Amino acid sequence: MKTFTYEKASTVEDAVRDISVHGNFIAGGTNLLDLMKLQVMTPDTLVDISRLPLGRIEEREDGGLTIGALVPNSDLAADHRVIEGYEVLSRALLAGATGQLRNKATTGGNLLQRTRCYYFYDTATPCNKREPGSGCSAIGGFNRIHAILGTSEQCIATHPSDMAVAMRALDAVVITQKSDGDKRRISIHDFYCLPGDTPQIENVLEQGELITHIELPPPVEGAKHLYRKVRDRASYAFALVSVAGVVTMAEGKIASAALAFGGLAHKPWRNPKVEQALIGQAPSTRAFEAAADALLASARGYGSNDFKIPLARRTLIASLRELTGE
Amino acid sequence: MHFTINGQSYEAEPDIRTSVLDLCREHLGLTGSKKGCDHGQCGACTVLINGRRVNSCLTLAVMHQEDEIMTIEGLGSPENLHPMQESFLHHDGYQCGYCTPGQICSAVGMLDEVKKGWPSHASADLEHVTFDDSEISERMSGNLCRCSAYPNIVDAIREVAAHSGEAALQPAPHPAEAGA
Repeated sequence: MKTFTYEKASTVEDAVRDISVHGNFIAGGTNLLDLMKLQVMTPDTLVDISRLPLGRIEEREDGGLTIGALVPNSDLAADHRVIEGYEVLSRALLAGATGQLRNKATTGGNLLQRTRCYYFYDTATPCNKREPGSGCSAIGGFNRIHAILGTSEQCIATHPSDMAVAMRALDAVVITQKSDGDKRRISIHDFYCLPGDTPQIENVLEQGELITHIELPPPVEGAKHLYRKVRDRASYAFALVSVAGVVTMAEGKIASAALAFGGLAHKPWRNPKVEQALIGQAPSTRAFEAAADALLASARGYGSNDFKIPLARRTLIASLRELTGE
Repeated sequence: MHFTINGQSYEAEPDIRTSVLDLCREHLGLTGSKKGCDHGQCGACTVLINGRRVNSCLTLAVMHQEDEIMTIEGLGSPENLHPMQESFLHHDGYQCGYCTPGQICSAVGMLDEVKKGWPSHASADLEHVTFDDSEISERMSGNLCRCSAYPNIVDAIREVAAHSGEAALQPAPHPAEAGA
């Protein structure tokens, strides 16, 4: 690990003021310290935000929840308001990592997890995300865990978070504070970037901008929630494919559907065409297949991840059967 | 820097990069916590910080000067074993023993989570957790045992849970018996 200057922030204002150009905020640190040990990340300063007063989950007047960025993943998953109104979020959190990691990892940090692409972690190999312009070792290499949607010639990495997939299905809003003190509200749908020619840029946060809260809109009344995760072992593995779904039915037809996907792309994936293929339809294999066609119309395999295309199709169809009781 | 570990105060001046694990092992002579992978994958380094189980390899010592750290040395002693230590001995919940301190700290933290009603990926109903062997396996998935003493580890944890009044503890049927 490269050495760094350590500063402990006592207020959000201190934190966003003290962060250096090559510095990082640290809270749980479960991903950051791992990457620092490997010298994939080499911040010159760590600003410790772990004691800032951002550790509460609060109900808003509109019926939604405001989640402090420092709420640990364990606490968020076990919160009764989350279980009752946003079960998909609890399920996604519990499907990720381990008890030890969930106790340390925070809500804000989870959103900012880095990819688990093997080449990103291996400093002996080219990687455009780690070292822009050096090339992508996953294209033409081992790419079993890699993306099939929204890829570029520069990067085919996936976003590793389960929680963020649920956040997309729930239309979450990320609240931030910038170094000049300004606050921003960023829809989760606008928060993440596709790799394009700049895979090192993973989200729209500016230098020194700190996530302070995540807002959830009021729960969808009468909705059925699901988080289905397909992985290589029963526990403690990243998703090959995951589906977060929030669906309501009315008079035997699908009235609303929010569907987000993990393991498929550089960001938690959501495509309105998938949902449009379902809304107003009676649940049927035909309707579900149309939704899968919409999801995978532009899917592309890179060799060892070709299996993800049929796997995503089957996982979506199985998820829709469960969500609609078909 | 000042630390509170197992109820005792310690002063040390480790390098800023030092993890809680390295602080304990290399600076304070508390070698019970083990370094397996040093990346949060194996759980051998599990300790309790303010009662919560965490990977001590993935957390900086400097960030925990205000916290109560508990390692295996603080849970029990050879003369006065913690019930979880007794149970691991009774059920032979190890072979080489390297992962055992982490398994035991993790199990103690895990049962506390169950007591608080926290659900897991294995819970059919997130609000009413039925604690069984599948819950133990899921909740302990952050602790690897390369000797694969898992059946006896599960036995050891189940017995402690039963004695500490956890919900009905039914051994899961063997896959063959369940027709799986």
